[in-house]
Amino acid sequence: MKNTIEIRWHGRGGQGAKSAALMLADAAFMTGKYVQGFPEYGPERMGAPITAYNRISDNPIRVHSNIYEPDYVVVVDETLLESVEVTKGLNPEGAIVINTTKTVDEVTPYLNGYSGGIYTIDARKISEETLGKYFPNSPMLAAIVAISKVMTKEDFFREMEGSYRHKFAKKPEVIEGNLAALRMAYEEVE
Amino acid sequence: MAIRERLSGNEAISYAIKQVNPDVMPAFPITPSTEIPQYVANYIANGEMDTEFIPVESEHSSMSATIGAQAAGARSLTATSSCGLALMWEELYVAASNRLPLALCLVNRALSGPININCDHSDSMGARDTGFLQIYAENNQEVYDNFVQAYRIAEHKDVMLPIMICQDGFITSHAVENIELLEDEKVKNFVGEYCPENYLLNEKQPMAMGPYAVSNYYMETKMAQNTAMNNAKKVILEVGKEYGALSGREYGFFEEYRLDDADYAIVIIGSAAGATKDAIDLLREQGMKVGLLKLRVFRPFPDEEIANALKHCKTVAIMDRSECFRGKGGPLGAEVKAALYDYAKDVKAFNLIYGLGGRDFTVADAKRIYEDLMAYDKDGQAFEEYRYIGLRG
Repeated sequence: MKNTIEIRWHGRGGQGAKSAALMLADAAFMTGKYVQGFPEYGPERMGAPITAYNRISDNPIRVHSNIYEPDYVVVVDETLLESVEVTKGLNPEGAIVINTTKTVDEVTPYLNGYSGGIYTIDARKISEETLGKYFPNSPMLAAIVAISKVMTKEDFFREMEGSYRHKFAKKPEVIEGNLAALRMAYEEVE
Repeated sequence: MAIRERLSGNEAISYAIKQVNPDVMPAFPITPSTEIPQYVANYIANGEMDTEFIPVESEHSSMSATIGAQAAGARSLTATSSCGLALMWEELYVAASNRLPLALCLVNRALSGPININCDHSDSMGARDTGFLQIYAENNQEVYDNFVQAYRIAEHKDVMLPIMICQDGFITSHAVENIELLEDEKVKNFVGEYCPENYLLNEKQPMAMGPYAVSNYYMETKMAQNTAMNNAKKVILEVGKEYGALSGREYGFFEEYRLDDADYAIVIIGSAAGATKDAIDLLREQGMKVGLLKLRVFRPFPDEEIANALKHCKTVAIMDRSECFRGKGGPLGAEVKAALYDYAKDVKAFNLIYGLGGRDFTVADAKRIYEDLMAYDKDGQAFEEYRYIGLRG
């Protein structure tokens, strides 16, 4: 594993890509890593394309620029495939995971001949089955952890459970649903 | 035992504010500093601190109320960015000339126009002549550490000046990263109680604050402010050293990174220093003698110290994240070049403008600058005295 793992998130404002990046930073931090989680800010509004980033490393991280050559890319909204060059700079030894009902063969034409790993996951279905609503960020978070292996499965689920119990202290009824969403997504791409 | 945490720059400075627990915080929200009063208001609402929070209707009012509270005898602060700082303009001078050691948490953001919410240093650089002390940070850790030291510097009897603790908007303020925090007691003991000598609410010593100064008096007040600014140099070093003994992180006027034997150097302020350090390590592996001077303290300006640290270098690139429209470079370029003229005339220095309005600064950008500095020195390759880098192709 190389020293710093770099991940780029593509989503639309309001879908939680930034929150997912921060949750990933949190979970990795809890396993002892050095982390960065940050969004690229513009005039944000619901529905506009947004980018968020993670760096995860065993050593202190000094660079604060955006990530141009990520190891992994997460596409939270498949409609971005037509307007954003999501594979730009993507490490051919890495992978991309896309939230879509389409198959890998169906999305490949949008990926500029990307030769690394390509994964698809139906985060809407998982989210609606487990949470009753469409929050794609938990399934996508689980998918990228399963694919990138930035932490072990055990570490990830332990830290996420702690994190949800803290985050949803006043809404405990959604904790189980979120954990179920993570589990379904993780096992689907594992 | 330090506390291992992960916080954004805004969370980090808010946490330091909570630990210092000042008396009064008036504030008005503006991106990207809005989170600071938000976090502080939450801490107050949760009973974790007892600062008096005053929501006001503009930044002119927030600085005015901070000045009023500080003059009354309360340790005070506010937070702002960009146009918010611009709206405080006349009050900034009032705070400094009345020798009020209040704190201003500045999250650096470009000034309009065109309107832009991202980082550059045009707001604080525009305020460089207001009489505020100015301290900058590379990351969340330094923002936290700088705020813990802020009142010790500002309130020192030989200083008594307002202090601006600056960090890069979004790049630092909104990036969650690892950080080491001090325990509450350690911070409280380090900062201590505020015991002003003169203050308005002291009924035993009635006084006027901010009276008119006729020409017979005005000039001496400016001279006194400047003396205080010079005095701050010694205090900043003493406090930085004491903080080092407490935290393991000692601070001076600037950080030198692989500079002592460097032929080629970059002088830079803020978060872009990180990418520069990564570039230095890469180029050092190839045998290039390159280094960095990351300026932390811009007011007072440590001119002789900077010149001494750079005097062995062949060529230096001074990086400005703001434009001052003199047609020949930015504010940092002007001041570092003046220092070199006084103390190290042989160093050839160039002035580069980068990162305006949040334009990214990468490891590749820093590498290219070093390569250009070397090519000028070794091969006589042309290097404009003053130029913009990272423009659209």
